Amino acid sequence: MANEVIFKNRDLDNLWDIEQYRSRGGYEILTRILTEKTPPAEIIDGMKTSGLRGRGGAGFPTGLKWSFINRSAPGDKYLVCNSDEGEPGTFKDRDILRYNPHALVEGMLIASYVIDAHRAYNYIRGEFWEPYERFQNAIDQARAAGFVGKNILGSGFDCELNVHLGGGAYVCGEETALLESIEGKKGQPRYKPPFPAHVGLYGCPTVINNTETLASVPTILREGAERFRDIGVENSGGSKLFSISGHVKNPGVFELPMGTPFSELFELAGGMRDGSKIKAVIPGGSSSPVIPGEIMMDLTMDYDAIAKAGSMLGSGAVIVMDESTCMVKVLDRMGYFYHEESCGQCTPCREGTGWLYRIVHRIENGQGRPEDIDLLMDVQNRIRGKTICALGDAAAMPVAGMLRYYQDEFQYHIDHKKCMAGTGA
Amino acid sequence: MSEEKTITIEVDGQPLETKAGALLIDVTDAAGINIPRFCYHDKLSIAASCRMCLVEVAKVPKPIPACATQVMDGMVVQTRSPMALAAQKATMEFLLINHPLDCPVCDQGGECELQDVAMGYGSDVTRFVEGKRVIPENNIGPLIATDMTRCIHCTRCVRFGDEVAGMREMGATGRGEHMTIGTFVAHNINSELSGNVIDLCPVGALTSKPFQYRARAWELTRHTGVAPHDSVGSNIQIHTRRGEVMRVHPHSNDAINEVWLSDRDRFSYEGIKSEERLTQPLIKKDGEWVETSWEEALETAASGLREIASADADQIGTLVSPTATLEEIALAQKITEGLGSPNIDYRLRQEDFRGNSRAVPWLGQSIASLEDVDSALLIGSNIRKDQPLLAHRVRKAALKGAKIQLVNPLQLDLHFDAAQMVSDPAGMVRNLAAIAEAAGGSHHLTEQIEVTDEHKAVAEGLKCSKSTVILLGNIAQSHPDFTILYGLASVIAKAADAFVGVIPMAANSVGAAVVGAIPNKGLNAHAMLENPRKGYLLLGIEPGLDINNPALARAAMSGAETVVAITAYRSPCLEETASVMLPMAAFGETSGSFVNAEGRWQSFSGTTGPAGESRPGWKILRVLGNLMDISGFDYSSSEEILDELRGAHGGELQVASLGAAKGKIRSAVTGLARIGETPIYAADALVRRAASLQETEEARDAAVARVNPSVAADAGLLDGEKVAVVQGEGRAEMVLKVDANIPDGCVWVPAAVPGSESLGDQFGELSLEKV
Repeated sequence: MANEVIFKNRDLDNLWDIEQYRSRGGYEILTRILTEKTPPAEIIDGMKTSGLRGRGGAGFPTGLKWSFINRSAPGDKYLVCNSDEGEPGTFKDRDILRYNPHALVEGMLIASYVIDAHRAYNYIRGEFWEPYERFQNAIDQARAAGFVGKNILGSGFDCELNVHLGGGAYVCGEETALLESIEGKKGQPRYKPPFPAHVGLYGCPTVINNTETLASVPTILREGAERFRDIGVENSGGSKLFSISGHVKNPGVFELPMGTPFSELFELAGGMRDGSKIKAVIPGGSSSPVIPGEIMMDLTMDYDAIAKAGSMLGSGAVIVMDESTCMVKVLDRMGYFYHEESCGQCTPCREGTGWLYRIVHRIENGQGRPEDIDLLMDVQNRIRGKTICALGDAAAMPVAGMLRYYQDEFQYHIDHKKCMAGTGA
Repeated sequence: MSEEKTITIEVDGQPLETKAGALLIDVTDAAGINIPRFCYHDKLSIAASCRMCLVEVAKVPKPIPACATQVMDGMVVQTRSPMALAAQKATMEFLLINHPLDCPVCDQGGECELQDVAMGYGSDVTRFVEGKRVIPENNIGPLIATDMTRCIHCTRCVRFGDEVAGMREMGATGRGEHMTIGTFVAHNINSELSGNVIDLCPVGALTSKPFQYRARAWELTRHTGVAPHDSVGSNIQIHTRRGEVMRVHPHSNDAINEVWLSDRDRFSYEGIKSEERLTQPLIKKDGEWVETSWEEALETAASGLREIASADADQIGTLVSPTATLEEIALAQKITEGLGSPNIDYRLRQEDFRGNSRAVPWLGQSIASLEDVDSALLIGSNIRKDQPLLAHRVRKAALKGAKIQLVNPLQLDLHFDAAQMVSDPAGMVRNLAAIAEAAGGSHHLTEQIEVTDEHKAVAEGLKCSKSTVILLGNIAQSHPDFTILYGLASVIAKAADAFVGVIPMAANSVGAAVVGAIPNKGLNAHAMLENPRKGYLLLGIEPGLDINNPALARAAMSGAETVVAITAYRSPCLEETASVMLPMAAFGETSGSFVNAEGRWQSFSGTTGPAGESRPGWKILRVLGNLMDISGFDYSSSEEILDELRGAHGGELQVASLGAAKGKIRSAVTGLARIGETPIYAADALVRRAASLQETEEARDAAVARVNPSVAADAGLLDGEKVAVVQGEGRAEMVLKVDANIPDGCVWVPAAVPGSESLGDQFGELSLEKV
């Protein structure tokens, strides 16, 4: 597709090979920046113009994040790429690492140049063995071609790239837990402030960006920030990878302009599997509140539209569910996930996620009590906004979302000790 | 500095002036506004993880933790608004859902932070109907009882280990609900400061093992006191119930012990109830010890000493323990003087008295100021074990970047970065002489000294800093060349613009010197034994364990006509040497005063009655004085004695030279050299009888002979083998431990442990024999 940014040149065989990547303009912009010594402020302005927002889920403007680093401060600075991709339903970064790793290498080098970092880490999710090998290979190739290491392309700019393979903890996708993990400590989020831009990896100023964010950088700079911005809609510049999964015919990763109607993405994924009707959609990964299918069909895929509907675009992980789905069971499964993945350091999340899970689990298993729905609402509310990191919110929000639209199913489970879905009731 | 700017914030409608950048919780604490908290502790780093101190701050959409929030000008805070209260109550509920609520059987009950805060913020009914979390128990040693099911994961204990004790012995393992605080790999908690986690733990997860199930907090009466084991003079609270000491807690004093207490000071109270406590006066009749009345015992003691004195007063020698109170020591001194004898000394572990000065050996500066030095040279000091809370101050300095260097006869396991120069005892003198030379001083030794780069580096480290301190520790004071070491330290100090201090060994070493328990023209502690006296007065001493050369002491005393021992314990070596034993009140049972390392006079009162027929030492000495018709013994309280002492000796301590010797190195030996350290839990009679401390790994590993692998190989000895340590006439069988920290040519054979009573000088020549 003409508008592709991340998956540009995806049609090439072996795009993960440096020669293929270079054959369509790869590393051109890095070369230009380094040889022309483009002022970093100019690049930051470009990123701001492009409207690129963090693709990890929080949607923080990338240019702004880079501008927080005081380049002239003494001491080291670090760039960290977050490839921990642990949000249930998300599988886009994996494909970047597998199919277009050089875009990420180039993006990381440019970002490092901008913030004056001489060492950058890519924290890759522990289970991603093949992507890890692809990415490591890409670094090795880039090093052989002179793009990584000392005095890159004779510019005087040094930058080492390192890969850190995680241990498989969801919470390490939280940026400060990720930093702790790289430092060799237990993956627990840090209290903020101070923010990583001031006190980050090894106590030094650090920028942490998502894989997709950094992989977008070379194309944005090469083809122009305005062009990227204009691909998307207002407040949601550019294109975005959507991982669509669930009861659709062709689950997969699709790159679409921001603001594309959900119905179009849905069509690309082949629509519902045979004979089923759409019931509900989780639009942005498991932490985002669920939206009924009929509402979703009228929404566009951008930050503002999804937020207006009471959910989040998040990482663009779209989970589609058909009418056979029991929402209590869905929440039971999600509750278990957050309960198991809480790091345990702060009280509301450590104790609350287990409690939420147990309440939902007993409703699902016919042990629900009349007061449980109120209790669920209250407990999730007591976690929300009171934890060190967003994991507590991520565990709480889906509960509120489910109860907003599907309380009747929970009530049915409590009253009848069985499932409403599929019974036609 | 913007940090220093005074700003105004508003908390619950009340304007508060404070410094910019202060933590909100400190500001509210200072203003008496209570914000509940668990993980926050003002001596530890901020975790902000318990979420109990969430408060509402205007313009911030979510409640934020007061412990991690720096105040800014104009900040408007509400600690009890609906948002703040809802957050605090939410946290409280979460903390309680998995807590066992077993308060009736929990030792923390009644002094539990969780219990207290739950009264304010908890509900009386639980909404949590599921099974609660249970954590299997583990044993972390004889001092700390664990019940991790009660743990609320505040991580104070973890942070304490990391940040204060300098040993990361505990940690959080597992995630989420499965997170547990523990040692991970099963092992004991071995830090010499470990007991502080008992105070830090806000719940009953970590409690005192010796105190377990002994009493309830509300049954206890709290008395402030002073810890009796090292020269820090840590402030303590002695908790008693119905006339019995039940436990000891720290009493916070930022100038001395801050909020901490060493394990030795915390758990030694168990020694009060030792089976060896002397509770009845004893006299030796025809070689047999018989119980007797106070009248007879005192009369025997008084007449025995008086008879000797009337023939030749110089035949009387008085040895006082530096753990005795100022009042006791002063009266012992007065009696000795009254009998006409010039022989009194408290420097029981010192061998080298060549300097011959009556100056008071002390730190020379405040304890707190130790943490502000840029550079320190510690000579002959195992500071971490000898003075745990002084070591904590030095560690703080080291963490701030101070250069700490040590000259010692063994490699120490320190909890801070330091450069250690290790050699045999004679080598210490040469090293110091070389450092003096490298620093630009002259060493006055009779032999040639080689100056290496290492010596130059030490000298450089001392010279290029703004505030440098040189301190001599326990090992140096027991060293055969103490006065030479001191002299060399003075030379270095002059060259490096530093000053020299001594780390006094015991709780009242400074006090003993202040009130004059140092002979003027008489015999010192060593000379009194080398030239045996006919009569000895012993105050709080066990001759086999408290004296540098126990063999010499036992021989001298065994041959004496009268040995009057005022003692809290009946110990085998006293039975062997004494002729009268007068039972003295022990720790916690008597009033008195100590002068600590920085020269601070601290008084305390008795907390319980003395055990059995024992009496406070000052009363025993007063009656002895009366019986011997010495004037000026009409005190009716220990305060009267103290007032008199204050008048005579209460002035500020001056830094004065202890007298430096020049000349020959006496510590050089031809065979193996003994390194006779006094282990931490063998320092005095009380701690030697503290049962739980004696069960620690530290104590169990103490009574061994240590050599390095090459010495072991040369002697054909194996680790764990039983060997005989032969020193002069003395012989002791000990287990051999191979320990790479001991230098070549040396054997570490501790003093004051069972088996060491028959050995000689703490530092001297010895040999090892196979058994």
